[in-house]
Amino acid sequence: MKQLLTKGIKHGKWVLLALVLLFPLVPVPEFWITLANYIGLYAIVALGLVLLTGVGGMTSFGQAAFVGLGAYSTAYLSTALGYSPWLGLLAGLALTMAAALAIGLITMRLSGHYLPLGTIAWGLSLFFLFGNLEFLGKYDGLNGIPPIDIAGFKLDTGRSMFGLIWVILLLSIVAMQNLLQSRPGRAIRALKGGGVMAEAMGVNTARMKVIIFVIAAMLASVSGWLYAHMQRAVNPTPFGLNQGIEYLFMAVVGGAGHVWGALLGSALLTLLKDKLQSILPTLLGANGNFEVIVFGVLLVLLLQRARDGVWPYLASFSKRLFAKWLPEDKGIQVAADAAILPVRAKPAVDTVILEIDKARKQFGGLVAVNDMQFTVSAGQIVGLIGPNGAGKSTMFNLVTGVLPLTSGAVRFYRDGKLQDIANLPSREIVKLGIGRSFQHVRLLASMTVLENVAIGAHLRTKGGDVMEVIASILRRDGKVENSLLAEAKRQLERVGLAHLMNEEAGSLALGQQRILEIARALCCDPSLLLLDEPAAGLRFKEKQELAGLLRKLRAEGMSILLVEHDMDFVMNLTDQLVVMEFGTKIAEGLPQEVQQNPAVLEAYLGGID
Amino acid sequence: MDFSIAAILAQDGITSGAIYALLALALVLVFSVTRIIFIPQGEFVAFGALSLAAIQSGKFPHSASLLLAFGLLCMGKEVVTQLRSKQPLNVKSLALSAGKLLLFPLAVWILARNVAVQEWSLFAQVLLALAIVVPMGPMIYRLAYQPLAEASTLVLLIVSVGVHFALTGMGLVMFGAEGSRTTAFSDARFELGAMQISGQSLVVIAVSALLIAALYFYFERSLSGKALRATAVNRLGAQLVGIGTIQAGRLAFTLAAAMGALCGVLIAPMTTVYYDGGFLIGLKGFVGAIVGGLVSYPVAAAGALLVGLLESYSSYWASAYKEVIVFTLIIPVLLWRSLSSKHTDEDEE
Repeated sequence: MKQLLTKGIKHGKWVLLALVLLFPLVPVPEFWITLANYIGLYAIVALGLVLLTGVGGMTSFGQAAFVGLGAYSTAYLSTALGYSPWLGLLAGLALTMAAALAIGLITMRLSGHYLPLGTIAWGLSLFFLFGNLEFLGKYDGLNGIPPIDIAGFKLDTGRSMFGLIWVILLLSIVAMQNLLQSRPGRAIRALKGGGVMAEAMGVNTARMKVIIFVIAAMLASVSGWLYAHMQRAVNPTPFGLNQGIEYLFMAVVGGAGHVWGALLGSALLTLLKDKLQSILPTLLGANGNFEVIVFGVLLVLLLQRARDGVWPYLASFSKRLFAKWLPEDKGIQVAADAAILPVRAKPAVDTVILEIDKARKQFGGLVAVNDMQFTVSAGQIVGLIGPNGAGKSTMFNLVTGVLPLTSGAVRFYRDGKLQDIANLPSREIVKLGIGRSFQHVRLLASMTVLENVAIGAHLRTKGGDVMEVIASILRRDGKVENSLLAEAKRQLERVGLAHLMNEEAGSLALGQQRILEIARALCCDPSLLLLDEPAAGLRFKEKQELAGLLRKLRAEGMSILLVEHDMDFVMNLTDQLVVMEFGTKIAEGLPQEVQQNPAVLEAYLGGID
Repeated sequence: MDFSIAAILAQDGITSGAIYALLALALVLVFSVTRIIFIPQGEFVAFGALSLAAIQSGKFPHSASLLLAFGLLCMGKEVVTQLRSKQPLNVKSLALSAGKLLLFPLAVWILARNVAVQEWSLFAQVLLALAIVVPMGPMIYRLAYQPLAEASTLVLLIVSVGVHFALTGMGLVMFGAEGSRTTAFSDARFELGAMQISGQSLVVIAVSALLIAALYFYFERSLSGKALRATAVNRLGAQLVGIGTIQAGRLAFTLAAAMGALCGVLIAPMTTVYYDGGFLIGLKGFVGAIVGGLVSYPVAAAGALLVGLLESYSSYWASAYKEVIVFTLIIPVLLWRSLSSKHTDEDEE
C-alpha cells in the first residue's frame, strides 16, 4: 500500500491525468461536469495571470478581452464563413498575439501601474466593440457555432468537451512549469526584483515582459476558443471588465506565485460563486449579482492577511500530511557530464582594460561625478575609495550603463583596442565582459542559490528569446540547461558556497549573499569585475577568504575594480587606489603612497586647523 | 453639422468635461498622496446621486445604514488597536472617534429616517446627501487601505478593484437596479446668439470651476494643503518632519469622496444614474488623469475636458462607438507618455 502511494505521488502528473480523463465516464450529474468545464476554462486564463502577475510582477485586468478575441474569432469564422474550428483557433491566436504585442510594446516601458490601467481601458473598449459591431451580432452575439471535431469525433456535449479542456489545462500547467525552470524562466522570475539586476545580467527585460504578456494573452485566447465551441454561442457579457477582474481575483486567491494556484483559485471561486448565486438572492430578496460584494471584501481581506493566496498553505499542509510517502527532495540535479561553456580570452596582463576619461554626471545642479579620470589594467585590482557620498557608486553606475553620462567617455578594451561604451544599456555592457555586484544585494529571495547564480550565466548561451521560450516549454533545452547549471555550480564551488546551493537565497546571511553576488557576476564570464562593497557585513575570517578569492582571480588574469570602506582589506589587496571626494578625484597611486597623501588624510580625518 | 449643433455638442462636452475634470483632480490627489489608484471613485458619484434621488422621492436612503455599518466597523478597529497597544487607554481619543464614527452616522441616520427631508430645500437635501456619502471616504480608507499603507502600487490597485466590486454590489442592494434622476438646480435658459445655454450646465461648470479654484488655494496657501503636497512628494520625508501620512491619506480620501459625491449630485438632474453607472464616469475621469500622468493637476483637468468634448462629438457621429473611442484614446496617450518618459523608476516594485 505504502509503496503504491509513493509511486502514485512520484508519477503524480500521470495519475492526475488519468483521474481527470476518467471523470466524465463516471455517472456524475451533468451540472458537475459543467462546473468542472468552467473551472478548467477559467484556470487556463488564470494560469496566464500567474505567469504575468505572480511571477513577472505585472497586472492585467483585461484578460477577459483576450478570451473574447479568441472566442469571437472562431465564432465568426465557423459561422459566417463556415471554416473549421481549428482554423478558428489559429486565427484567434494570431489576432490575440498581434493585439497583445501592440499593447505590450506601448505599455511595458511605463512604470508599473500604467499597464493595469491600460488593460482596464482596453478591456472596456473591446467589450463595447463586440457589442456594437454589426458582423459580430451586436449585443446578441453569434449563435450556431459548430462543435469541435477531432478525427471525425464531434465534441458536442459537455462531457466530451471536458476531456479536451482539461487536457489543454494540464498541458499548459506542465508547459508553464517547464518554462519557469529554464534560462528564459529565470530571466522572467528576475523581472519582479526590479529590472536593474536582470538588465545587469544581460536580460532584455522589456522584451521578456512583452513575451510573457503575449503568452498570457494567448492562453486566454485558447480558453475563449474552447468556450465558444462549448457554449456554441457567444455574446459580449462574459468578456467584460468584471470577468477580467474575476480572473485576476482567481489568480490572487489561489496564489499568484504558483502554477497550481491558478487551478485552485478558479476552482474555489467558481464553486463559491455558484453557492453565493443561489444563497444571496433569497437572503436579500432580490435578483442581481450580489456575489461581487463577497468577492470584493474577500479580495481585500486576503491581500491584507495572506497576500500569497491559499496554495502555499495547502502545499505546506499536505507536505506535512504526506511527508512519509513523499520522495526525498534532492533539489536541482546538476548533470556531471554537462558541456563546459566557452570562456572569453582575457586581455594580456597590463593592457589598459578600462579607461575613464573626464566622465561627468550631473543631477540637475549637483555634480555627482566631476570629470573623473583613471584607468584599470588587466590583471590588476584597483580600489575606488572615498568618504560616504563621494560618488563611488554613481561612478559604478556610469561604467555599467545604469546611468547615462552627462559628458566624457568610458572606454573598454575589446577587439584589440579601447572602445567607447558610454550610453550603451547595461545588458550590452555585460555582454562585452563587465560583471558586477550591487551595494545593496539584489537577489531573488525565494529562488535557490544555484538558480540565482545561474541568472548570471544568462548570456553564456546564444539563442533568441522567443525560440528559447518555445524550446524550454517543450523541454528541448536540456543540454543548455545542464551546462548553465553546471557553470553556476562551478562558480559556487569557486567562491565556497557550493554546500548551500539548494537553499533559498533569502535564508543566507548577508555576508554569504554578497559572496553569492560575486559568484553570479563570475557566471557572466567577465574580464573586468566591478564589486560594490563586497566585504561589508563579512566577518574577519570571511574577509580573509574573500581576499584570497580575489587574489586567485587576479592570478587568473581577471581585472577587478572595487569600492570598499574597510581600509585594511583595501590596503592589503589592491595594486592601485583611486580616491574620490565630492565627485572629484583627489589622489591616485599605490596604496602606500595614497595612505601618506595629505589631501586623503584631510578628506578622511578632517583638516588640522 | 451646422454651427448650432456644434455649439450644443460643445456645451455638452464642456459640461461633462467639467465633471470629469473634478474626478480627475480627485484621482490625482489620492494617487499622489497615497499611491492608491482610486477605482471606487465612481461609486461615490453613484452613491451621491442616488442618495439625493432617494431623499427627493421620499424614500429612505439606505446608504445612511451603510454609513452606520462602516462607522461601527471602524470603531471596532479603533478599539482593538487601542486595546492591543501597550500604552494606557486613550479615553479622549476614543471618545473623539466614537463621536465621529458612531454618533455622527447615527444622527444622520435618524435624520434621514424620521424627519420629512423630502420637504427640505434642495440645498439642504444636497447637504444631507453629502453628509451621508462623504464620511464613507475616510472610513473606507481606514478599513481597506490603511493596513496596507506600505504595500506596492500594484497591490493597492488590486485592493481598489476589490473595494469597487464590493461597493458596486452594495449599491445594488441599497438602491436597486433601477436608475434615478433628481430635480434640476435651475430651469433657466439663456439665449446666446443662436445658442441656448441651460442653467443646469452653468451650475455644473460654475461649481467645478469654483472647486478647482478652491483646491488651488487650499494646496498653495493652507498648511494642511501644503502638508498633503509634501506627503505626495516624499512620504518618508513628510513623516520625518512630523506630518502624519495616515492623516494625510484620510484627508485625501475625504476630499476625493466629497468631490465624487458632489459630481454625482451635479449630474443627477441631467442623466439617469444607475447603481453601477459611476464606474464608467469615474473611468473617464481616469483617462483625463492619465493624460496628466497622474501627477499634474492642470494637465489632468485639460485632459478631462478633452475627454468630455471627444465623447460629446463622437456621440453625434458614431454614438454606438462613443465608449470605444473614449477608452481607446488612452492608447495613444500611453504611447506618448511612454515615448516622452526617459527612464522608468526601476526601484519601484
